[in-house]
Amino acid sequence: MLHSSTQDTLVGLFVAAGIAGLFFLALQVCNLNYFTEQKGYTVTARFENSGGLKVKSPVSAAGVKIGQISDISFDPKTFESVVKMRIYSQYNSIPDDATASVFTAGLLGEQYVSLEPGGSSDYLKEGSNIEITQSAIILEKAIGQFLFKSAEEKK
Amino acid sequence: MLELIQTLGKSTRAGFTKLGRGTYFLLQTLTGILEIVPRPRLLLNQMYSVGVLSCLIISISGLFVGMVLGLQGFYILSDFGAEETLGVMVAASLVRELGPVVSALLFAGRAGSALTAEIGLMKATEQLSGMEMMAVDPIKRIISPRFLAGVISMPLLAALFSAIGILGGQIVGCGLLGVDDGSYWSQMQSKIDFFDDIINGVIKSFVFGFVTTWIALFEGYDTIPTSEGVSRATTRTVVNSAFSILGLDFILTALMFGDD
Repeated sequence: MLHSSTQDTLVGLFVAAGIAGLFFLALQVCNLNYFTEQKGYTVTARFENSGGLKVKSPVSAAGVKIGQISDISFDPKTFESVVKMRIYSQYNSIPDDATASVFTAGLLGEQYVSLEPGGSSDYLKEGSNIEITQSAIILEKAIGQFLFKSAEEKK
Repeated sequence: MLELIQTLGKSTRAGFTKLGRGTYFLLQTLTGILEIVPRPRLLLNQMYSVGVLSCLIISISGLFVGMVLGLQGFYILSDFGAEETLGVMVAASLVRELGPVVSALLFAGRAGSALTAEIGLMKATEQLSGMEMMAVDPIKRIISPRFLAGVISMPLLAALFSAIGILGGQIVGCGLLGVDDGSYWSQMQSKIDFFDDIINGVIKSFVFGFVTTWIALFEGYDTIPTSEGVSRATTRTVVNSAFSILGLDFILTALMFGDD
């Protein structure tokens, strides 16, 4: 049997290693940032079709992540998809005539919202609306249109 | 024919009696946990033999499971040109399933069988009766500290297993096969959710720890006090633990991950 102080040390090390493992999983693996939630402001965009967009999908500008989707809902009056996105507060100088489009990262990748800045001198702020939007491209629709067109041309 | 029905009835009754004894045993053990508070040394000793000594096998198995996942995942994912999602695959399968389940199976083999053999031998050599003679409750003194140690150690071991496995996957995936280091971690971070994946994994390993330790202690306490009885009890511990871990895993997975 070991000395009890050695045993204490080993048990202490074991518990510390286990807790360190949990912290590693929480911080490194799932990037837990509920406590360090970045400050930001929420803007709304309405899409005819938001495709496979999900809550927590990224919002990017020029390929850099500047925020994430916080809520997606369906407007039963206009039949549009209402997408709320939270933009991190350090990016507070995006012109309010920016265009929001739903793109796909790669062929099979996840969908994200891309903001392309316009030329306005007013900036997006809490609660503003993005007026110009471009819906997600639905692959099936595009293929259907292509087939239809090529059949027309043959006639 | 009648004999067959009789045997069936007998074994059913024996099964139910055992279940009843097991439940009663568990209740006694749980009430005995309060007695540990004034004597933390009892718990510490058991944490050492149940937890610390299982660390090595858990870490090494975790490393190799993670490395195998990295290899297999890479070959499958590269067929679809999606090697970048290797991190998500390794982390999700470890945190959700393999971490809790494999470490619980190893725990049952490493610590559970040792617990059964130890307590079975204590019973066979009449140490437990000796304690009772001295008005020391063996459940409070012997069983409860071991039970608590098992329940505390299991989630820690499972977390260790998953963490080391993810690092193992990274060593193979990024070091040997050339997956980009950044996308390994960033895809993982964007897809793995703290509550949906990690907390559910911890809950799973907690349940497995509870059940495995219970089975191991009860089989030891309930053993026929002969050398053959102890050997059978040890076998039953490993077999029954494996059954209940895998069965419970299915039920827990259906409950936790059913709606996404």
